This record gives sequence, structure tokens and C-alpha cells, in this order.
Amino acid sequence: MSSWTGKVREFGLRNLPPERLFPDSQPAYMTSAIYLFGALTIGSLVVIIASGSILALKGPAWWHVQSIGHFFNSIHLWSVELFFFFMVIHLWGKFWMAAWRGGRARVWITGAVTFIIAIPCAFTGYVSQQNFDSQWIATQGKDGLNSLGVGAFFNPLNFGQMYSFHVLLFPVLVIGLVSLHILLVRRHGIVPPIPLADSVGPVTAKR
Amino acid sequence: MMRVRLSNAELNDAASHYDGPYRPYDIIKEVCVATGVVTLIALLLTIFLSSPDLPPTTIQTWSRQMPADFVTTAVAELDGSSDTAGYGPPYNHASSGQHVFFIYLEKWLGVSHPVNSAYDFVIAPLRAIPDDPSLQAAVTHYVHAPATEQAAWTGAYSTALAKASSNPKGAVALPAGNYGPVAPMMSSLLALAQSGGLDGALLTSKQFYQTDYTKPLLFMEDGSALSNRATYQHLQGTQWGMMNETGSYPGQVWLWLYTFWYQVPPFTTSEADNADAFVMAVMGLLSAAFVLLPFLPGIRTIPRRIPVYKLIWRDWYATDGAASAPPPPAPKRAPRVAKLRQAS
Repeated sequence: MSSWTGKVREFGLRNLPPERLFPDSQPAYMTSAIYLFGALTIGSLVVIIASGSILALKGPAWWHVQSIGHFFNSIHLWSVELFFFFMVIHLWGKFWMAAWRGGRARVWITGAVTFIIAIPCAFTGYVSQQNFDSQWIATQGKDGLNSLGVGAFFNPLNFGQMYSFHVLLFPVLVIGLVSLHILLVRRHGIVPPIPLADSVGPVTAKR
Repeated sequence: MMRVRLSNAELNDAASHYDGPYRPYDIIKEVCVATGVVTLIALLLTIFLSSPDLPPTTIQTWSRQMPADFVTTAVAELDGSSDTAGYGPPYNHASSGQHVFFIYLEKWLGVSHPVNSAYDFVIAPLRAIPDDPSLQAAVTHYVHAPATEQAAWTGAYSTALAKASSNPKGAVALPAGNYGPVAPMMSSLLALAQSGGLDGALLTSKQFYQTDYTKPLLFMEDGSALSNRATYQHLQGTQWGMMNETGSYPGQVWLWLYTFWYQVPPFTTSEADNADAFVMAVMGLLSAAFVLLPFLPGIRTIPRRIPVYKLIWRDWYATDGAASAPPPPAPKRAPRVAKLRQAS
């Protein structure tokens, strides 16, 4: 009887052999520029984590009083804007490819959930800025959250709680979901094109 | 000519495997180059545009710049007519909060951050002022007075505030009237706020370290200082505020759909009192549809009906993918009626 470790290893090798996890070739139909936006989204996440880690290490007030802190805050802000920009294009691209075909529904679901979780991740960052923007966003955002009852355990007016969510819980969730999404893409491969046979001529006759 | 539409099962089956040609690809290089490109773009945006950082509003700056507004807000907190005083859960039991049909989530999850606006924002800070026996006597007088008498004092004071004038030192002068202890209480609270003491007093809890700004932010939100700045910075709800940023910077633009609902009926009209709850419900349903899109008949076939995919994979269809095209249509047979005519 194999050990737990052995079973995990066998599971990993069966579903994600090294040549599939780190491929050096891809199907010939992967030529469109739309395929770049997934990698650009990951690249943005790397810059977000790097700049956010520096800001977290120096503390939440640092960027208000030191120009180098403001510099890293700006990098953090723009990489977040780029992250969402690239992710939305990536999502639209996958929608028009109907990329959930061929047993890839979980790939779509993990991508969509990542987008949804990234929104409160950014929101907690906005209310952790410790400036007028965070005051206003917190006081306005609280009403929607309170209307759901979420305000009972997620209070945007509590800086300490929002900062904890922003630097730990939500980043862990986003990174975990992105990792799972990438592993599923590697597991199933990129979706093949829709056959041209699917749409020719004026008359519809569903087989 | 006959169009062949594959069934969903056939499309799924066709997409579950690929036996065609491959081309060289370097996944690590792609991610590294993408990270480099993003770093470069973020650097350029940082160098040329930086990022916004407007200083926060404090109770001290608010009370100094808008003393009459501060006092008006403080009286509303004292007599229970402010937004916070009537908010409901999670701050108090003054109302049942927002709901969607029979679902009262706000009420069901209860009061988790209790706020008594009169006590927390006015009486407790005044009680903490030392060496002022006349002020403490005024507070005691107010606290032990009947509710009708309290309402008469605060009502008269609120009415008189419309005719109030502010002197250069930031004090608020009212015409003579029967304000009871409310006048000295408000005068002391204004002085405390202008000294910066109220900012600290509203943060005070049992711990030395403070990170919870619920009370000062609720208090300031009831006044006009935050709102006036927000209007100037185009951040109000009617200005698509949740997705905007101070200055001309892009904000949370990904909230456009959430913000959109606040601009249109019925969220601006018949359901305005429960707009937040209804908007959240709508967004919850739309989010669920977004996640479960692969299983939604009709929606999942849109990519087949609007063939953007032909543009995405145009190179493939022009070369190797041409094999997936249907066979050319068979030649038309001559109409039967014509043949019959020829035979006759």
C-alpha cells in the first residue's frame, strides 16, 4: 500500500506530467495576440505582489511621508489597473473562444472567481490608503456591505481589519485561485478552435 | 445549402482532444517577458502620472473650517436625528435596515458595532473633559432631563443654527433662546473638536493601540465636510463615484456595472430606500451567472452565433484548420417539374 506522499506524487504525475506542466510546444492554432493577455495578467500580479510586499514591509504610513514610498505606491496602483485591464481582455477573449468546451468548465470557473475575488482585494487596498479617498470609499462602500449583513464581520471603517484582509487573506485567495487556474489550463491544454463546420450557410438544422 | 450546427455535446467532444500539429513555445520566457513589459508600463505611468494622495479630513479641520456644520451635526447626533442615529444594524436598533422582499440580512446578522450617537459622539467626549464643573453640571442636567425637554432644547438650538454666525476664531454665535444645557455642551464640544481632542476621543477603546475608525468616520459622514470634498472630486454616487478616483486618475473602473445600477430606476426611485440591498442582489445574480456561464443555455452559445472566433483563429482556419471546414455543397438537382415538361 503506497504512502500518502506516494499517492500525491502519483496523482500529480498522472495529471500533470512535467512535459505538460512546463511545455516547450503548443498547438499550432495558438497564434493570436489574444493569448498574450493571460501571461500579461500574471505579469501584473507579480508586479503587484512585489510592490505590495515592499509597501507592507515599510508599513501603511510610509508612502505618505517618503517620496520613494510614494513611488512604490504608484507602481502598486498602476500594476493593479493593468492587472484588471489585462484580465478583462483575457476573459473576453476566452468568452469568444467558448473556452469552457472539452471539459474545461473548471478553467472558466476558476478564472471568473479570480476576477470576483480580485474586486474586494482591490477594495480593501483602496480603503487602506489612509487618505481622503479611503475615507470616502469606506463610508460609501459600507452601505452595500451592511445591506448584505456582511458589515457584521467585514467593516470597511475598521482600518486594521481592512489592512489585514488586503495584505494577507485576499492575496492568498487570489494567488491560490490563479495557481489553480494555471494548473487546470496545463492539465487540459488550451481549447481547440471551434470547427468551421459549425456555421456555414443560411439554413439551420440542428443535428 | 444546409448549415450544420453541432450539438453542445459534439462541440465538447471535438474540443476534448487535439491531434494536429504543434509549434515551439517557451512558457517561462513568455511569463518573464510579460512581467518585464508590465513593469516597464507601470514604471512609465509612475514616472509621468504618479498617484493621488489627498490628505484625510479630520474632525479638527472640519470643525475649524465649517463650525456651524459641525455643531449642526453634533446636535443631530445628540437628539437622534442624524443618519447614524437612525441607521439600524450593524450600528444600532433604530431601524430594521435594508431588505430585499422578505430577506432582512442586515437585521438578522444584528448589531455588531454598537454606536449610540448621543452618548458616543457627544456625551462621552464631554464627560472626559477634566476640570470643568459647569460643563459636567450641564451634561448631568441634560442627561437627567425628560425626553420632551431634551427635544425642546435641541429643537430650539437646531432652529437657531440657521441664523447662526461664525466669528473669526471659529466659535458659533446664536441669537438668545431657551437652549438649556445644550448651548454650553455644544460650545465645549466645538472647542474640543477644534483642538483635535475629539479625533482622539472617538478612537478611544480599551486598548492602547487603535485601528478602528468606525466612530469618527460615521460622525464625519453625517456632516458635510466629506460630502463637499467628494462632490468637488466627482466621487458622489450620482457621479458614478464608487468607480472614480480623486483627481483625474482611474479608480476602481471594474465596478462600473455595480455603479451603473445606482444611476437608473427603480434603484433611484421606488426602491431607493433599499437600493444598496437590491443592487447587491442583482450583482450577486449576475456574478453567479458569470461564474456558471458554461452551463447556461443560450448564453453559452453566443460565441457560436457571433463568430468572433473566426477572427481569433483566422490564421489557423486559413492553413491547417481548413480541414475542419464542411465539404462543399452538392450540385443542385434539376427541378422535377422541368423534367416532366421535357418528357411531355
